[in-house]
Amino acid sequence: MPSLFGIAWKNIRRKRLRSILTIIGIALSTWVLVSLLGFNQGYESSLNKDIDNLGFQVLLTAKGCPYEAATLMLKGGTGLKYMPESIVDTVKANPEVEEVTPMLMHAVFDPNKGEEGGITAFLGIDPVTYPRMKTYLQFQQGKWFNQPQALEAVFGYEAAELEQREVGDSYLLPEADVEIKVVGVLKRSGTQDDGTIFLPIRTLQKVYKVNGQVTSVGIKVNKSTDIAKYEEELYKLPDVQVVSMAQVKQTISNLVATARVMVMSIALIAILIAMVGVMNTVLMSVLERWQEIGIMKSMGAMTSHIFKLIWFETILLTFVGGVVGSVMSWILATATDKLIRSVLPYSPTSALVQIDIILALKAIGIIMFIGIISGIYPAWKAARIRPIEAIRSTEGEL
Amino acid sequence: MSQPTAPLISIKDLHKTYVRGSEHIHAVDGITLDIQEKEYIAFVGPSGSGKTTLLHLLGCLDNPTSGELKVAERTVYSEKAAMNERDLTKLRRELYGYVFQKFYLIPTLTVEENILLPFAFYCKPDAHKNAQHLADLLGISHRLNHLPKELSGGEMQRVAIARALINKPQILLADEPTGNLDSKRSAEISDIFSKLNQEEGLTIILVTHNPAMAKSAGRMVELRDGKLV
Repeated sequence: MPSLFGIAWKNIRRKRLRSILTIIGIALSTWVLVSLLGFNQGYESSLNKDIDNLGFQVLLTAKGCPYEAATLMLKGGTGLKYMPESIVDTVKANPEVEEVTPMLMHAVFDPNKGEEGGITAFLGIDPVTYPRMKTYLQFQQGKWFNQPQALEAVFGYEAAELEQREVGDSYLLPEADVEIKVVGVLKRSGTQDDGTIFLPIRTLQKVYKVNGQVTSVGIKVNKSTDIAKYEEELYKLPDVQVVSMAQVKQTISNLVATARVMVMSIALIAILIAMVGVMNTVLMSVLERWQEIGIMKSMGAMTSHIFKLIWFETILLTFVGGVVGSVMSWILATATDKLIRSVLPYSPTSALVQIDIILALKAIGIIMFIGIISGIYPAWKAARIRPIEAIRSTEGEL
Repeated sequence: MSQPTAPLISIKDLHKTYVRGSEHIHAVDGITLDIQEKEYIAFVGPSGSGKTTLLHLLGCLDNPTSGELKVAERTVYSEKAAMNERDLTKLRRELYGYVFQKFYLIPTLTVEENILLPFAFYCKPDAHKNAQHLADLLGISHRLNHLPKELSGGEMQRVAIARALINKPQILLADEPTGNLDSKRSAEISDIFSKLNQEEGLTIILVTHNPAMAKSAGRMVELRDGKLV
């Protein structure tokens, strides 16, 4: 016994190319939608993960642009201002502080880097306090430095790959012409540490003649500490910029908001195009089957039957398109991730686009809802066909 | 003494007028006619005489401009009242089967699905059994799983007839059912109609240009300029 659903399905298969093109249109819209929703979901958790991996809740830098400070906190930076190292003792004096680690970022021009040379950044760290804060860092080879002033370096995973170094190799510090030995290569951590070359802070200060200077101080406070209050206290120190996790999140969210609006607008346009595409396909199909629909009505089909029949076709098209688009967005998640990264001012290191089954179902639901709305007009148009109009269009005789 | 039975279809002073610009075309011009149950009636006449329009009115596919139309003692149209679309649909389901010159089979459905198509919209018991019976009767039982494009013209018209009869209607309306067929196939369809009328007691209302088929009807009515001749 034929069912309305079966008739709708067979009709979609009747004009295969047109149905496929419509489904592709819907699938592309779904891809944009799923990616957008996945981005909204993924960006925040990825950002939180990055900030949690910093190992400290507050970063102290020399007074300057807060955006630069935020970038420094997450990505490292160049052209930095210095603070006196004595600030570490001042910070440590506060009983609410659990751990303090000084850092010195130093960037130099390396003429041997690439074809035309390039900037290499080194991070001077305290071999005692830094590893305690960054407990997630694990070694692929070797270990941290032997002594606080050793001429040694630890390479992040990507830095080691880029410089093609492993434990035991030597490395010539650019500009200073000092040779250091690689004593450790870190495992991939998915953070900015992957691209960093670590040196003991004392060594870096001595080699590049910035004794007694630091670029930042990472501070870990007790869990019971009110961070906002503590920040206010830190601002009493002369010429410092205090960057807290919350500030960083807020700063980055503000920067990304514009990009989000842009992506959402693109998604909206894509959805509208798909909606018009669906409406056009179904309407064409109705006009082509004008007589068939009229004959169905002469056989006893009610207005509601014809409305349902055409609606089923719309729902089927959007469902298939939605499923294809969701699968496509899952397969292309990495490419989408790269695409989104290219337009964002700052991207966290872990996956930006996080797609799961709930998200895919939600997107299919949204697309189907849009399809249902698009199908109303063609269905209404079909439902209003009178048998006599359809028959008379070829059979008519006065 | 038995009471005379009421006609199955009764029309009184029925008019259907089309307006084209300033011109009024009287397609059906004051026809009064009764059609009895189990009657086989053929409308003949030249093109433009109004026979197809009359058939559409009798089949409740179109509304008259004026006059009165009663089917199975139910008033479909009168000066005072007209059936709404929903009731007309129900009436068509219960009483009518339609066969047209063009077969109007759904190309994506098999022969069996085309025959059973009306039951996509409502249910009746023994649908499959009845479909098989009709397929046997019309000689298309070996074609049930084929698509319409795989059939000859004559076979397609038989499928259309089977589809028209699947709901066990009282009245079969046929508009030029042999118009697209050669003389051999036309004769076969004509035989089928006679058989359906005589053996199944089906009321048949036919519009045809085919003199042989018209002659097989119990009553032949000629129309000219929208009037009975």
